[in-house]
Amino acid sequence: MRLLVAALAACLVLAPLAGSRAVEPSEILDDPALEARARDISKGLRCLVCQNQSIDDSNADLARDLRVLVRERLTAGESNRQVIAFVTVRYGDYVLLEPPLKPTTYLLWFGPAAILLAGGAAVIMFLRRRTRLAMSGSAPLSDDERRRIERLLDDDVH
Amino acid sequence: MRLSYMLPVAAFVGLAAVFGFYLYQVSAGGKNIRDIPSALIDKPAPEFSLAPIEGRNDGFATSDLAGKVSLVNVFASWCLPCRVEHPILMRLADEGVPIFGINIRDKPEDARRFLDQLGNPYRRIGADNNGRVSIDWGVYGYPETFIVDRGGRIRYKKIGPIMPRDLDEKIRPILERLGS
Repeated sequence: MRLLVAALAACLVLAPLAGSRAVEPSEILDDPALEARARDISKGLRCLVCQNQSIDDSNADLARDLRVLVRERLTAGESNRQVIAFVTVRYGDYVLLEPPLKPTTYLLWFGPAAILLAGGAAVIMFLRRRTRLAMSGSAPLSDDERRRIERLLDDDVH
Repeated sequence: MRLSYMLPVAAFVGLAAVFGFYLYQVSAGGKNIRDIPSALIDKPAPEFSLAPIEGRNDGFATSDLAGKVSLVNVFASWCLPCRVEHPILMRLADEGVPIFGINIRDKPEDARRFLDQLGNPYRRIGADNNGRVSIDWGVYGYPETFIVDRGGRIRYKKIGPIMPRDLDEKIRPILERLGS
């Protein structure tokens, strides 16, 4: 049992280290801070050949070229934002794995929340109406109704 | 029938219409859902200057595109679909359409053999050995073909091989409209 726990713990610790399959040793920058920024940017850029992988994960030629490009521009002193802008100008927003927040993407970002709110409002309105109907059923009887009931009960007795 | 009961029906019809429209585009319209709209349409062609394929003496730079409507084709000898569209490029070249080539990540001897065997439809070819100029053009699939107008602006991009249908329905009409 103890061995199993140790093995699981080792897996948890080592798993993140196994993530960098595609980045080749020759690509890695000497400056660890710069390399960390490069990795960070690469994880957010889509490999357009494979479309659902980041360039950090992909072995495609284009992904490698883009990784090298990102590192070159960082080394030249550009900010993360500048590097990402350089790639977006050429490939469009689609290259970003996380779509940017802007008027054309408001529906994408806020649509689900809006649908949830609308659905919630509909449910609340439905429940309110139902309780209101149930309440109105127990309203006090009118004089007319009371006289009718008494008459019916009297009939039963006789 | 109360209006609120119609709401789910209306939502369903609306969604079905949207999905149906896209399905129609894919099946009947010949639209490839993997194609990503180019960010560079109507933008000036990138500034670049490429050396020729080793053993040739042309090379290709932005200035070559000045003052005419031309096709820019990204190709490589290792790219199978490039061979599929090659006869169409040859035909366009015969008709006098200026076609320029960007040869991407190719071995010089392979590229030269490709041109020798299949014919050379290109006025000038640049060798993009590290893929950097192709990135400037926003290229991600091979082949890719751009139409550049007289003013040096990119007006159209075809991802993948040019098929006869693309030639008749897109490329020829655009060339005509731009007055090639």
